[in-house]
Amino acid sequence: MLLIICPHCGPRAELEFSYGGEAHIARPIDPTGLDDEAWATFLYKRSNPRGLHAERWRHLHGCGRFFNVLRDTISDTIVATYPAGQKRPELSSDGKETMR
Amino acid sequence: MQSYSAYSLFKQALGGHAGWQRQWRSPEPKAEYDVIIVGAGGHGLATAHYLAKEHGITKVAVVEKGWLGGGNTGRNTTIIRSNYLFDESAALYEHALKLWEGLSQDLNYNVMYSPRGVLMLAHNIHDVQSFKRHVHANRLNGIDNEWLSAEECKEFCPPLNIGGAMRYPILGGALQRRGGTARHDAVAWGYARAADARGVDIIENCEVTGIRRSVNGAVEGVETSRGFIRAKKVGVSAAGHTSVVLSMAGVRLPLESYPLQALVSEPVKPAFPCVVMSNTIHAYISQSDKGEMVIGAGTDAYTSYSQRGALHIASHTLDAICELVPMFRRLRMLRNWGGIVDVTPDRSPIIAKTPVPGLYVNCGWGTGGFKATPGSGNVFAWTIAKDEPHKINAPFTIERFRDGILIDEAAAAAVAH
Repeated sequence: MLLIICPHCGPRAELEFSYGGEAHIARPIDPTGLDDEAWATFLYKRSNPRGLHAERWRHLHGCGRFFNVLRDTISDTIVATYPAGQKRPELSSDGKETMR
Repeated sequence: MQSYSAYSLFKQALGGHAGWQRQWRSPEPKAEYDVIIVGAGGHGLATAHYLAKEHGITKVAVVEKGWLGGGNTGRNTTIIRSNYLFDESAALYEHALKLWEGLSQDLNYNVMYSPRGVLMLAHNIHDVQSFKRHVHANRLNGIDNEWLSAEECKEFCPPLNIGGAMRYPILGGALQRRGGTARHDAVAWGYARAADARGVDIIENCEVTGIRRSVNGAVEGVETSRGFIRAKKVGVSAAGHTSVVLSMAGVRLPLESYPLQALVSEPVKPAFPCVVMSNTIHAYISQSDKGEMVIGAGTDAYTSYSQRGALHIASHTLDAICELVPMFRRLRMLRNWGGIVDVTPDRSPIIAKTPVPGLYVNCGWGTGGFKATPGSGNVFAWTIAKDEPHKINAPFTIERFRDGILIDEAAAAAVAH
C-alpha cells in the first residue's frame, strides 16, 4: 500500500485516497472546435509511461481535495506531491536532480 | 518435431527416457525476417504458430525481453469462457473457445483444457437481470450459457454457501458449461514448440529498444539488445508494455497499465469442482490440478509497471471467498504475485493495424486475455499476413475511439474480465 503525502494533511495510507488518472490533461476550452481525433486524444489517449508519471489523487476520506503526485511507475516510489494547479516539478526518479 | 503419444512415451520408457529432445531451439537472431513478433507470451507465440501454419509465413522471429511465457501468460488465473454480451466480443471469444476445444490435438501438446464450467454468481436484482440478459444474448449468438437458481448453483458447486445470512447472498448464477481452465504454461510451451517446428525463431533475452522506420514512415525493423533485426512487418503483442513499445514508433494508444494480482493456496485434495466468479463482491476461484485454489484479485487503483500490488487488494478478495465458501476460511495462502495488464477505456482489446505502415498491434486485453489466446493469435496472424483484419477482429480497431464505435463491455459487463 502506498504512503501518500497529501499536500494539505500530510502522510496518509493509500486507502484514504482515490485515484484520478493522468494529471495535466486540460479540458479543451472550446470543445466544439475540436475534430474527432483531437477529442479522442483528450478523452482516451494516455502517455502511460514506464518511469515518472504525473497523476491526480483525491484525499477522499480526508480533506476531499484533489492534488497531484509524481510517481515512478517502475518502483511505485512517490517522488513529489503538489497542489492542483501547480506545474509539474522537474525532478528525476530519485527525486533529487532537476531534469533539463 | 518429436511427436508425443502413448506410443512415443512407451518407446522412450524403454530407453530410460534419455531420448527426449528439446521442445524448441534457442537460435541466434538472423539479419532479416518476414515478420517479427514482439513478445513471446501466449498471444505472440500463437500468432507465430498461425502465421506459419495457416498463412505459410515461416520466416518469423518472436523476440522476448525476458523468458518465454514469463509475463501475464504465466501469471493469470487460467479461466476460459466466451459468454460476453456484445456480438463483436461474443464472436471473438467464441472463436477462441472453439480453438481451445481442439488445441491439444492441433499442437500435439496437452494444454489440459478442462471444460469444468464457469459459474458467475448474482448477488442482487441488478445482477440477476443483467445475467439473464447475457444468457439470452448468448443464446442468440449460439453460445451456451444458462441461468441457475441458488439451489441449482449449490447443486453444481456444493462448497458454496447459499444461506441467507450473507451480506451479499447468492440469488443465482449464469453457468457456461464449456467454460473452464487450461494449463497456462503448457499453452505457451505448446505454441512455442509447434511454431519452432515450422521454422519460427523464438529469441529470448532480446529486448526491443527501438523501431526503425524508413523515410516514408514504414517499418524497417527493430533495434534490440542483441542488435538490429530487419523486417517489413512487426506485430506487437507486449501486453502491459504495449504503450512503451508503440511509443518507439511515435504511436500513442488509449491504454493504461495496471497491476493485477492473483494468489494461490496451499494444495489440498480435490474440493472445488468448477470455476466460480463473482464480480459484485469480486472473487474468482478454481482449483488447479496440483490442488491449489487459484484466486484472482482485482487491479490496483493506479497505473504501474512494478508487477506487484498492495495487500488490501488481495485481502478484499479473500473476504469475499471466505463468505462464499466458508470451508476455505482455514486455508492458508501459499504465494501471491502481480502482472501488468493494459486496459482500454471500453475494456475491449485492440487487434489492428496502426497508423505506421507495417506495424500491427494486439493489446488492450486488460484483465482477461488468457481465455482469448488461440483466437487472438489466429486473427492477429491473419491481420499481419493479409495486411487487413479478419472479419472477427475488424471492429477492434484503434480508430473506434475516434469514431465513437466502442465495444463497451466495461459498462455492459456484469462480468469480470
